[in-house]
Amino acid sequence: MNNQPDPTVLESPGGPRAYTVTPSDEGLQTLEISLGPQHPSTHGVFRMDIVVDGETVIKLKPVFGYLHRNHEKIAESTTWLGTMPYTDRLDYFCSMSNNWGYALAVEKLAGIQVPERAEYLRVIMAELTRIVNHTCLVGFFINDLGAWGTPLLYAFREREKILDLFEAASGARMMCNYMRFGGCRVDVPAGWLDQARKIVDEYPAFLDEFEKLICGNEIIMARTQGVGTLSPALAVNSSMTGPMLRASGVAYDLRKHAPYGIYSQFDFRIPLGDVGDCYDRYFIRLLEMRESLKILKQALDKIPEGPVSADIKIRNFKPAAGEAYSRIESPKGELGFYVISDGSTRPHRYHVRGPSFVNLTVLEDMCLGQKIADAVVILGSIDIVLGEVDR
Amino acid sequence: MDFPGKGLISGLAVTGKNFLESFQGGDGLTTVQYPEEKIKVQEAYRNFPFLVYDESPDQLRCVACKICEKECPPQCIYIIEDKEVKGKAQRRPRVFDIDFTVCMGCQICVEVCPFEAIKMDQVYELSSFNRFEDQLKHKEDLLKSSEYYEEIHPTEGKAVNAKIRAQLEKKKKADEAKAAVIPSEPQAGS
Repeated sequence: MNNQPDPTVLESPGGPRAYTVTPSDEGLQTLEISLGPQHPSTHGVFRMDIVVDGETVIKLKPVFGYLHRNHEKIAESTTWLGTMPYTDRLDYFCSMSNNWGYALAVEKLAGIQVPERAEYLRVIMAELTRIVNHTCLVGFFINDLGAWGTPLLYAFREREKILDLFEAASGARMMCNYMRFGGCRVDVPAGWLDQARKIVDEYPAFLDEFEKLICGNEIIMARTQGVGTLSPALAVNSSMTGPMLRASGVAYDLRKHAPYGIYSQFDFRIPLGDVGDCYDRYFIRLLEMRESLKILKQALDKIPEGPVSADIKIRNFKPAAGEAYSRIESPKGELGFYVISDGSTRPHRYHVRGPSFVNLTVLEDMCLGQKIADAVVILGSIDIVLGEVDR
Repeated sequence: MDFPGKGLISGLAVTGKNFLESFQGGDGLTTVQYPEEKIKVQEAYRNFPFLVYDESPDQLRCVACKICEKECPPQCIYIIEDKEVKGKAQRRPRVFDIDFTVCMGCQICVEVCPFEAIKMDQVYELSSFNRFEDQLKHKEDLLKSSEYYEEIHPTEGKAVNAKIRAQLEKKKKADEAKAAVIPSEPQAGS
């Protein structure tokens, strides 16, 4: 392999030391491939500039920005409330968690207390979102490996049941715009909680079916095990969060380590990976869904009656001058919102720390020395959404 | 017992089971034949806003206060207030346009409206042959009755309509009382 140092020992007058040189580029025939931005495996408009030697990746440069929509600038020129529907469009699989992250930042800034029922509803929505996101991810990941259609559509079939719940509660399947400063927009309709309980009870059957369908498949194992290994040290040093980090065996979950909302009241555990390869990153998501179901069961059993929103006037909302940073464990990792208020109706500064964007930075490290077909699989296992990467 | 290809075969068994279940209908079949069959939309479903009127289309609830225009995040609402020749405000819109190509259906206009005048519609078949003009909806296209609103959002609509009708009734009585008092004054003086 050409990117490995040549093991030739060089002579040195200072004693026997193993000095080496990299191989010369003479005679090396490389090919530069531009994968994307319209390539179907790049999950949106994302481009990878890959240099290959034969089939081996020797250089990879991620190029993004094709979906840049001025999210932060738009937020700074609209009202505090007006930014809420735009956060739906960051990571469009997880609009509920994005809403929560932003609402949390503004609540911290304005010192708003959230009623207990709203806290429970938020946890229920966020965990359902986690299940939706991970269900999609496992489907798309298998799709990237070449198993066209079947596992993805099984995953989408289950996801649609949860999206129906979102629609009944908020009015939209994906762009929910459900959370408000001080609670949730409306209470869930009658019978919603029973419907949610039914879906939560039935979900493990789907996870079992999915595991049986594909997880023991010999082709999947050969394609993913030992591919794109991410060491715990590199994962920590490059600020990985979420399932990416936990697949490398580092126990870090904001729900446990910096609890927000009412997460400290629930009993759940953090699944950790062993090797940190693509298979671990894929399987950790299936395990996380089971933990989310545990949280959901507890939350649906304990949810109290009461108001779902603090008494906040929504027109002309002006928090006091100051700054706040809030972070939540979104399904993809640590999602942070940083807001500065100058006491007016619009944010003075608004910044988003998107987990997909940060997780994408180790793509080259994981792909070097792998085959070009594996680069697609490794990208799929990171779980990026371009809406959040480019913003 | 493990043998090579066991994972593949057990996966195919799952596919086969799902394939057979899809013929039985019920839970196994999750799709419908769309243009012929339609799934009933949920009560909370929303897509684009419409304007509510009581009794007749010229009795709009909207008073052209322009709060929704100001609060709309993508700025898709355009309102001109109706004024008489002398410039006296009529408290009703002369122009009320919503650009459906810009609207993102976030429902913020509905939330901020103090007069319950704008609500979310549930009509989703909105394709047109023209890309821009047909999607720019004017006041006439947006007008819908309060009965229609109650029909698509039964729980929420009933309460809101009852409240508004009570207000209208009260106003009507006050107007009648006023009208009854004014002509009687000169008679008393003469």
